[in-house]
Amino acid sequence: MGYQMPRTDADRLFQRLSEHYHILAPKVFAGEGCYSDTDVVRYGTVRSLSEIEFEKKSDYSFKEALLPVNETLFYFTEDQTAIPSLPEKKRLVFLRSCDLHALKRLDAIYLESGNEDPYYKRLQDQTRFVLMGCPKTCDTGFCVSMGTNQTDAYDLYLKVTEDAVFADCRHPELEAFLQDYAGTDGAVPCPVTPEYIETNKESVTLPSSLPEDIHAHPLWESYGSRCIGCGRCNFVCPTCTCFTMQDIHYKDNENVGERRRVWASCQVDGYTDVAGGGSFRQSQADRLRFKVLHKISDFQKRFGFQMCVGCGRCEAVCPEYISYVNILNTLAKEVAQ
Amino acid sequence: MSLDINTKKAKKNAYRISKERGIGASRIRVPGGYLKAEILGMVQEIAETYGNGVVHLTTRQGFEIEGIRLEDMDAINQMLQPIIELLDINQTEKGCGYPASGTRNVSACIGNNVCPFANYNTADFAKKIEKAIFPNDLHFKIALTGCPNDCAKVRLHDFGIIGMTLPQYDPSRCVACKACIKGCKSLSVNALRMENYKIVRDAEKCIGCGVCITKCPTRAFTRSQKKYYRLTLMGRTGKRNPRLGKDFLLWADEDSILKIILNTYRFVKAHIDPNAPGGKEHVGYIIDRTGFEEYKKWALEGVELMPETIVNRCIYWDGIHYD
Repeated sequence: MGYQMPRTDADRLFQRLSEHYHILAPKVFAGEGCYSDTDVVRYGTVRSLSEIEFEKKSDYSFKEALLPVNETLFYFTEDQTAIPSLPEKKRLVFLRSCDLHALKRLDAIYLESGNEDPYYKRLQDQTRFVLMGCPKTCDTGFCVSMGTNQTDAYDLYLKVTEDAVFADCRHPELEAFLQDYAGTDGAVPCPVTPEYIETNKESVTLPSSLPEDIHAHPLWESYGSRCIGCGRCNFVCPTCTCFTMQDIHYKDNENVGERRRVWASCQVDGYTDVAGGGSFRQSQADRLRFKVLHKISDFQKRFGFQMCVGCGRCEAVCPEYISYVNILNTLAKEVAQ
Repeated sequence: MSLDINTKKAKKNAYRISKERGIGASRIRVPGGYLKAEILGMVQEIAETYGNGVVHLTTRQGFEIEGIRLEDMDAINQMLQPIIELLDINQTEKGCGYPASGTRNVSACIGNNVCPFANYNTADFAKKIEKAIFPNDLHFKIALTGCPNDCAKVRLHDFGIIGMTLPQYDPSRCVACKACIKGCKSLSVNALRMENYKIVRDAEKCIGCGVCITKCPTRAFTRSQKKYYRLTLMGRTGKRNPRLGKDFLLWADEDSILKIILNTYRFVKAHIDPNAPGGKEHVGYIIDRTGFEEYKKWALEGVELMPETIVNRCIYWDGIHYD
């Protein structure tokens, strides 16, 4: 149900929420951008509403709240293993509509394709999702084209203005907080619907179907020759879920250690390395083709919906100005011909 | 027509006395090489009104308006006034042009306003130095460069300021992609290696260039909030003993560098050869005479270095000797 409350009250509500939840939201990390005196917007722990970056789209997606960049799966001694315990606090994760649609993709991979992934599951189960509306479009997103500009899959929606906060709650656990709060403070019930955008600066047409020989298209080589294989497009993507395994043997005692899973990128050297020294996709063109077709074709064949949510982060981050949007539109045009 | 020109005064007033009798050039210093484009129009106007319509871009990031008649210096000084004000040059008297030319323009590479490699705003620091040292007749050359690529060739200067950043590493964001290791190896000094899938930085080797940070795709490597500098000393060109400047301070801060430069002016005033032609003796030759130990005493007086700053206690310069 919807509420309106003065900003000062909302700040106090936020305080109360942060006593119960570990709140993760996009934040400006000043001076931590790629270049000198530039910032980066990425997820971090927030303790007040004003710490949250509501304006700019985060450079890195929310996925690290559910899939840590480095996640210890277990510690091992000579004959025993121990799984790291789950943090006691539940999580509140602030995200946008495109990201909530990405959550469905993460769930598909980690919960709905065979065995459930227990590490993902336990974190996802204890996470509540707070939708941040989009009053205006970002520069590179194409969520409207992908149908991800709107959602009602949130637990809580928050719109923050200078002097008021509007909330719409869909989760009983959070509703209890709000009701409790509404009873004693200045929250007034009122209908609240999330802000969303209806046009983007970018629009994308996906190819209806791809010909068998699409892998041989010169497009891949033309973009592949520009790609430096840094993997940024994967690391910022809210739907890239690949990881690699690392077994660490502690230096002081090699019989003790841990196994981690760590984000991997299909664009970075080593991704397709196999035992015996083989490596499948060696050229950047092959890797780029693999990624693009996974995002807009292969995943869809398996799960029945597109993987890409059109957040446009890969477009914004590429240091070589490789336009994913242009690649998709070129593919669509080629197929139409 | 007879010309009665005090050439010493004219030179100090930033005019060149040229090969051609009666003809000189007006020299416009641009600290840090950073200027509003409207100044270009003002330079053009002077060149077309009083010069021969040609401007030389100097090696130290200034303009030299060619072909001016020496008797027009006063009128040109009037036209220079808005330029001097826009560039925020310290002036003793308005309308009288540049008040000194002994200390050369503080020059700088483009810095982090534009360049992805630069570790600080070179023009801003250049302007701070300008405000602290000008007007000054002593012969000093100071240059700033954003990173150890040293595009500004600061090691050919008495004071060279090279931007550094102390890489901050968050292993929890590192995916072991090795972009930093490869970058450091191919573009810098190969100071990184991997142990147990995490990066180990050889602090002795690291020159603080920041390549690892620009290469990192996950923000595991980020810049230090503090800006650091390498201060190189007494590089020079010239007839007797051209040589590269040597490292004096590593991981130094802005304030210490400003103080050291100002201390060096005091040192020169105390030690300059009283018979030096035109009262000018290049600071490097003075240190050659007094020895580095004596210079260091003056340079570091009242300077409180940060704990992480490394001081090279002893410097020997080499270079080519023709003397």
